[in-house]
Amino acid sequence: MADDDHSELPTVLVLRRCPFIALLEPKCSQKFNLLKAWDSPLPQDRFLTTHARSVQALLSSGNGPPITAQILQLLPSLKLVVTNSTGLDHVDLAECRRRGIAVANAAKVFAEDVADTAVGLFIDVMRKISASNRYVRGGLWACRGDYPLGSKIGGKKVGIVGLGSIGLEVAKRLEAFGCSVSYNSRSEKPSLSYQFYSNVCELAADSDALIICCGLTEETHHMINKEVLSALGREGVIVNVGRGAIIDEKEMVECLVRGEIGGAGLDVFENEPNVPKELFSLDNVVLSPHQAIVTHEAFVDLGELVTGNLEAFFSNKPLLSLAVIN
Amino acid sequence: MELIERILMEWKSLFYPHFRPHHKNLEEPERKKKKEKRKKTRLCSSNNLGTKSKTNLGSHSESLMAQQLQNLPDVLIIKPPPAFISFESDFTQKFKILRAWKSPLPLDQFLTKHAQSVQALLCRAVTPVNADLLQLLPALKLVVTVSTGANHVDKAECRRRGIAVANAGNAYSEDVADIAVGLFIDVNRRISAADWYVRRGLWSSKGDYPLSSKIGGKRVGIVGLGSIGYEVAKRLEAFGCKISYNSRSERPSLSYPFYSNVCELAANNDALIICCALTDQTRHMINKEVLSALGKDGVIVNIGRGAIIDEKELVKCLVNGEIRGAGLDVFENEPHIPKDLVAMDNVVLSPHKSVYTLESFKRGSEVMIANLEAFFSNKPLITPAYG
Repeated sequence: MADDDHSELPTVLVLRRCPFIALLEPKCSQKFNLLKAWDSPLPQDRFLTTHARSVQALLSSGNGPPITAQILQLLPSLKLVVTNSTGLDHVDLAECRRRGIAVANAAKVFAEDVADTAVGLFIDVMRKISASNRYVRGGLWACRGDYPLGSKIGGKKVGIVGLGSIGLEVAKRLEAFGCSVSYNSRSEKPSLSYQFYSNVCELAADSDALIICCGLTEETHHMINKEVLSALGREGVIVNVGRGAIIDEKEMVECLVRGEIGGAGLDVFENEPNVPKELFSLDNVVLSPHQAIVTHEAFVDLGELVTGNLEAFFSNKPLLSLAVIN
Repeated sequence: MELIERILMEWKSLFYPHFRPHHKNLEEPERKKKKEKRKKTRLCSSNNLGTKSKTNLGSHSESLMAQQLQNLPDVLIIKPPPAFISFESDFTQKFKILRAWKSPLPLDQFLTKHAQSVQALLCRAVTPVNADLLQLLPALKLVVTVSTGANHVDKAECRRRGIAVANAGNAYSEDVADIAVGLFIDVNRRISAADWYVRRGLWSSKGDYPLSSKIGGKRVGIVGLGSIGYEVAKRLEAFGCKISYNSRSERPSLSYPFYSNVCELAANNDALIICCALTDQTRHMINKEVLSALGKDGVIVNIGRGAIIDEKELVKCLVNGEIRGAGLDVFENEPHIPKDLVAMDNVVLSPHKSVYTLESFKRGSEVMIANLEAFFSNKPLITPAYG
């Protein structure tokens, strides 16, 4: 393991290997010295104490590990956390604020790709695309005949939970399909013409579908609960591209199994990569392995944004996508 | 006996005990009335309409119903379209349906016996309306197909015989466009393939699914910019795609770039979405040359008719990696699909169901009924199928 103190390039700590880091590495390693905690035989705590005391920047992945107060304690020189995700639920933001650590996220880089996934899942559930794909592949079209009807998308009332950059992109797309859009968000956005609901349960009651686009916070944890799912109703569809824990997953699975909601398109789960087994036998559910951002193009854009944020930091320039002020 | 019992059972469920006469249908021209009476008498004599059946209808209700049956114009159906099955009562209130598929007789015998004076045929896309069939229907003057595509109707033969043809017009355009876009997103973002990956437990055991391809910024060439193609274009623009098209003729009111040649369209786009009808000109229009021009990063989506694409060539290109992927709702020999496609992750297969929503069925039924009513009232058809 290289001793970062002697490198000419600024050091950036990375705790865990992940596909994103692997993709980023060729470009990043030309500008930064990547200090890879996972490469060391030492346990993480020992490694940080031994090698990372003067590290100023940490590159974090939305897939983990969580940047906890405990980890931050072992990094006394840390001044910047850059994450490859829009979501910040894996970072102890309060502790960062206390320690004067800036946090930069992926901001709007993914908004389009995530919105595309959300709408793709929504169309799939409504028109049963994946299910009928399996039907044809199983040879059933020839022997059993036509596949059952799907549901028309045009005219449906779609409630967007969280009208941030992702939610706005979803709204724009759904309008082109003739859906009517309303939303619940932390605050109303008066410049937009969509109908605002201050209560997510009321939004569910008045919608044919809910699309979850918000961040995971203490307030939004299990926000989509039994009450909201009941309000959504037997014909209602839910799509989640936020975080698994925004929905009470156990409750949702029960509702799906009992037919108390009409269907679901899920890109995120409470305990990834584990997906509740009951969902595997349901044709009205589409399962996606948290890949809403996983396009070649998004990775290129993200790589540029992450590198840009690190370069700005080390040149004492303003960050490109500051999420938390230090 | 069996046929008439079935008709009476259906009428009982519709009219008794909430029977009401249909005054509208009594306004038919005299000659049609006479034709109906003649036909009804033939039906009566062969099927004993009017005699007491085992259904325990009162003779008064029976004769009222028989009278109603007599006054409604005949519409022949060989194989029932799914839309008809869903909204049958909307049809039977206005027309007397000759249900060829329910007869124990082979089709040609049924038609010879029962359909000699039938003027209108309601058919689905899988029923070929060709010279052989038309020969058995000497009085036929109208074919109404439930589908948008009318390639299964021999238009030349119909023209020769003075038979008008009506299709579904743009009843299904939105729903078909939704499937086209859904398939396009699916192929690019690998939604079905990743869903299957998760269902097989591979996310936990093998890890993340491979990268897919962004939708925004893709150049999409629409083949056939009719009402369906237009709805597709509108939707894809909201995703940030750049639209261009090839069509029978340019549409100057639209700002999308027009290519007079489908090969050039393919060469200048990342994807082709086939939205046109199947005609002599478009059969196998998407051939080896076009697929090569589309290229190994290209994607093709077909919601038109299978035979617009040279399917054998398409399969070869997919097997050899000469195009990136395909989303197919239609095939040359439905419901059979080329075996090579089954194992491919980069292909999404759909069992010709782009119109399969209740709303489309309802809308389609309304259009069919409107065309039939127009015909029987000597008015112009609502959605004549030209070409």
